[in-house]
Amino acid sequence: MSRRLRLAVFGLGAVLTGALLVIAFTGLPEFGTSHHPYGDRAVHTAVDEQKTSNAVSSVNFDQRAIDTMGEEFILFTAVIGTLVLLRELRREVEEGEVETELRRSPRGLSSTAYLTYAMLGVTTLTGLYVVAHGHLSPGGGFQGGVVLGTAIHLLYVGGGYRAIRKARPLHLYEIFDALGAGGFVVLGLAGAIVGGDLLANVLPLGALGDILSAGQVELLNALVGLEVASAVIVILARFLEQYAEVRIQGTAR
Amino acid sequence: MTAVIAVATVLTALAGTAVVFTHHPKRQALTLSMLGLMLTLVFVALQAPDVALSELGINALVVPMVILLVAEKIRARR
Repeated sequence: MSRRLRLAVFGLGAVLTGALLVIAFTGLPEFGTSHHPYGDRAVHTAVDEQKTSNAVSSVNFDQRAIDTMGEEFILFTAVIGTLVLLRELRREVEEGEVETELRRSPRGLSSTAYLTYAMLGVTTLTGLYVVAHGHLSPGGGFQGGVVLGTAIHLLYVGGGYRAIRKARPLHLYEIFDALGAGGFVVLGLAGAIVGGDLLANVLPLGALGDILSAGQVELLNALVGLEVASAVIVILARFLEQYAEVRIQGTAR
Repeated sequence: MTAVIAVATVLTALAGTAVVFTHHPKRQALTLSMLGLMLTLVFVALQAPDVALSELGINALVVPMVILLVAEKIRARR
């Protein structure tokens, strides 16, 4: 395809998409008004019917849980893609011997190390809290999972590549990742068998605002938390591995 | 509240422009992280704390981390 033809195709697409966007935006309700037909219904369903005080979580894990299932598998596929693309090639395995010899990266100040170890505890606790209260307050499995997945990387700041490698048996996190994604489907199918609809919220709803309330919302949050935390760890581990190996190659030459 | 939203939106636009005009990928990771922070402010101003938390985690933390690692990898291979 010549440059001119490509530009023409792009121009046509850009103009049509732009026109569609303008038409769509003019049809939207005005910004900042108090008229929210969908929001009102979603909040009513969340609070009055499903006993979920965080209406966003109710939409994500109950009213539209099937969308979240799709999103979860997007992340799962991304992890598999990373694992396939960044798998160890033979040449890199051979260079691995040099790597173990030189991996002792210079450590930072010991005060930095202590601070990061202390922060590791605080951050992990924050992550667990955000996951565990997904049905009650802002956050949930996804947000808490990201916090948990990044928390472990404080070890890299404090103790270097060795410390983080010891702290995360990677194959275990790969299994956790699959368990989180698979558990979501299993719970969804259980809802289909008991309640008649995929991901129907059939668990006891409890009282609004209680830690044990909202039925499946918190259980799904926990599964997503497991999946997201493992996914972040596995993806970053693959990139970190590549980074550490290459740095060693550089010094070896 | 409208003023806060307006300021946060303008800051986001500025941060986004900064990302576009940062050419070095490693520095771009930093400006991208700043963009994530500004977007977080927008979502807080719009009273969407759930989205704000996701934005903070992914756009301000994880994506810049991956970009930094990849940029370093490419630099080392050359």
